Amino acid sequence: MAVNRNFRTCPSTGLVYHEPAEKLIRWNAVAGVVSLLVGGVLALLVTLTRWPAVKLLPPDWFYLALTAHGLDMLVFWIIFFEIAVLYFAASTLLKCRLATPKVAWAAFWLMIVGAIMNNIAVFKGDSSVMFTSYVPMGAHPLFYLGLILFAVGALVAVFVFFGTLVVGKAEKTYNGSVPLVTFGAITAAIIATFTIAAGAIILIPTFLWSVGLVSHIDSLMYRTVWWGFGHSSQQINVAAHVSVWYAIAAIVFGAKPMSEKVSRTAFVLYILFLQLASAHHLLADPGLTSNWKIFNTSYAMYLAVLASMVHGLTVPGAIEVAQREKGFNKGFFEWLRKAPWGNPCFSGMFISLVGFGFLGGISGVMMGTEQLNLIIHNTIYVPGHFHATVVVGTTLAFMALTYFLIPTLFRRELMFPGMAKWQPYVYGLGMSAFSVFMMGAGTLGVPRRHWDMAFSGAAMPHEFPGTAYLMMGLMAVSGLAAIVGGAMYLAVTVGSVFLGKKIQTPGFAHVPVRKGMAPPPVWGPAAVAPSGGHGTIGLGGFVAPGTFVLAMVFLVSFILYYFVNWKYLSTVWPLS
Amino acid sequence: MSQDPAQTGPAGNDGDDDVYDEPIPMMQSLIDNPFLLLFLGVAMPTVLYIVWGVMEIVGIPIAK
Amino acid sequence: MTAIHSPTDRVWWKQPLDRVEGTWIVIAFVWCLVMFFMMPYWHIYGKQNLSNEAYRTTPEAYMAKTQAMVDKYTVRTVTEQNIPVVHPVPGSDVYLIARLWNFWPVLELEEGQTYRLHIMSTDWLHGFSLQPENINIQIHPGYEHIVTITPTREGTYSIICNEYCGINHHTMASKLYVVKPKKG
Repeated sequence: MAVNRNFRTCPSTGLVYHEPAEKLIRWNAVAGVVSLLVGGVLALLVTLTRWPAVKLLPPDWFYLALTAHGLDMLVFWIIFFEIAVLYFAASTLLKCRLATPKVAWAAFWLMIVGAIMNNIAVFKGDSSVMFTSYVPMGAHPLFYLGLILFAVGALVAVFVFFGTLVVGKAEKTYNGSVPLVTFGAITAAIIATFTIAAGAIILIPTFLWSVGLVSHIDSLMYRTVWWGFGHSSQQINVAAHVSVWYAIAAIVFGAKPMSEKVSRTAFVLYILFLQLASAHHLLADPGLTSNWKIFNTSYAMYLAVLASMVHGLTVPGAIEVAQREKGFNKGFFEWLRKAPWGNPCFSGMFISLVGFGFLGGISGVMMGTEQLNLIIHNTIYVPGHFHATVVVGTTLAFMALTYFLIPTLFRRELMFPGMAKWQPYVYGLGMSAFSVFMMGAGTLGVPRRHWDMAFSGAAMPHEFPGTAYLMMGLMAVSGLAAIVGGAMYLAVTVGSVFLGKKIQTPGFAHVPVRKGMAPPPVWGPAAVAPSGGHGTIGLGGFVAPGTFVLAMVFLVSFILYYFVNWKYLSTVWPLS
Repeated sequence: MSQDPAQTGPAGNDGDDDVYDEPIPMMQSLIDNPFLLLFLGVAMPTVLYIVWGVMEIVGIPIAK
Repeated sequence: MTAIHSPTDRVWWKQPLDRVEGTWIVIAFVWCLVMFFMMPYWHIYGKQNLSNEAYRTTPEAYMAKTQAMVDKYTVRTVTEQNIPVVHPVPGSDVYLIARLWNFWPVLELEEGQTYRLHIMSTDWLHGFSLQPENINIQIHPGYEHIVTITPTREGTYSIICNEYCGINHHTMASKLYVVKPKKG
């Protein structure tokens, strides 16, 4: 049977789409956005219930909605979209046919069946076990089976991604190394492989336990292995959204990576160390030694944090260099002031970067410190942290990328461009405030996953201070703003994809292997100067002084916040 | 799938052979090998996080 | 070329670093080392470290030890359920059970004294969240976790469950009383 070698070139971006890959990217992205829609409605219900003045749902519905919200957002929305990003990074960026589209479709349908099955189990009402489904609390067998099918599908999709890399190399569709964004996608795919393997190791026995074939699952063993899946799945997101940042810097500004070596080495640090941070969740658990806790929670001496701090510098740094080369070379920040703040692709990416670093990154490292975790564990600070990383960081980065994909991939004009322009601000700032207020409430001890902070019906209720209630109220209001921002995104994307004005472009045409090969490379002179030679831009020998200033502001905030929390820890009861 | 070397070779590069004389540094070829990285990226957390952690849990003594 | 194209240098590994990158990497790495060494430092010089001492046990065995303590040290009962309040001698082993959906018994400890607090669940996962101190520890079924604890200020504290444990999770709360040591 002939291999489908139909390709088209997008006239405005020059990107090359392989026919089956394009379809798969679209369908995976659409499945992701549908999950986001379901998760978003649930987010509204959860927010309105945790707003002490409203308390919308009764407890059983609240826990049901929270379980489904966690799964639809953290697993289904993000992983569907990530599979789309992987196919894009392999097939489109390498100008290469997607390996085995049929297998990729099988993977897609497995993921769909798994996602639906899991949602059915939750909405039936007997599987309100939260995203984490800690044993010995049990869910309906379909809950685990759905997750397992979804994970198997995702793993197959990851293998299709790796297969596509092999095809690209064999058919010589590119010269030398893969693009940096593809390398970031490789990082995400590697982390995904470990993630899904860890998930299988724990969810398959748990499924067997739920149908009565295994008699006992140890709760500590479950938490340890499960977090190898649960936390690492969020690390796929980090690798994926950092790649998206680089991609958007390239697309919007034509920015070159400041140094391929530095950025790629930082991704390698992710590959080696990022997944160890699954231990963040076990710092308050009995029995594991401090050696294990310290080594793993610190990603072996914070080497993955170092990598994030590097990306946090090199992405805006590359933008700054590109802007200065275009002539915005005055002072420290002209490049930033004159950035296209009205382009949602850029503004979304930039808010994602700043929010991920300042809110998600600093809070995550702080609470991932062995001893500091004592004053944070299982408070609502934790969801505050991960809404900053996974929502402001990952989801907003994916939203920003969508604004680029709609014209080039879906070949539709953006509907409601005015709304699209404001969407990243409403969503990003709403969600940032939401995270900050959650963290505030968490520092006051408010627990996560809790229906009633007033403990109605308890024999000995705890009375939280008024500030804790104020924080929860402000959290809810900011959450509503973020939900409005999410609805704006859905209106723009769904409207554009289904009703947007079609963009006429040349269609698909058969491209034989030989014609698909990359043209002979024109290598630059052997590396002596930084590629491109930045000439006279920048200040004081720094090509990106503005970014460096921002990085120092970040570092100072980080240091202050970190030690403030040590100070606070030193005032609580001595423990040993 | 055999390739004509003239298609991808240095012919189009003004005959600047110096560029090709330089061997690819070991670190670069390591980073360019996704399957080696895949092995490392799965082995590291499996050993350092899962195996080490499970061994510690298994080693927790029984209460008196 | 940009990040969505292959690098134009065949050998990109030997590109010299921009000064801004090199400087930042050094600063960031030093900060990473500081954060790493804070943890062992606090084990040596800090006072708040979570003990890792734990034993595998059964709900029955743990219940028996708790019952023995309750029989010996109960000073009064609280609430309509007559939950015993125990006042164990300073320095002794104190047992706390977490279960659906309460903590048992209620503890009364003396300010400035040190206790070996045992915590375990007899059913599902629970959380030990001491408020308003905001000390939070995970409670497992089958693992007896022993934490040495020194209350520093007298007062009435709350223990709330902060690990989701089902429909009545929000009612799972208890008290912990800290009193001045008895004279003589």
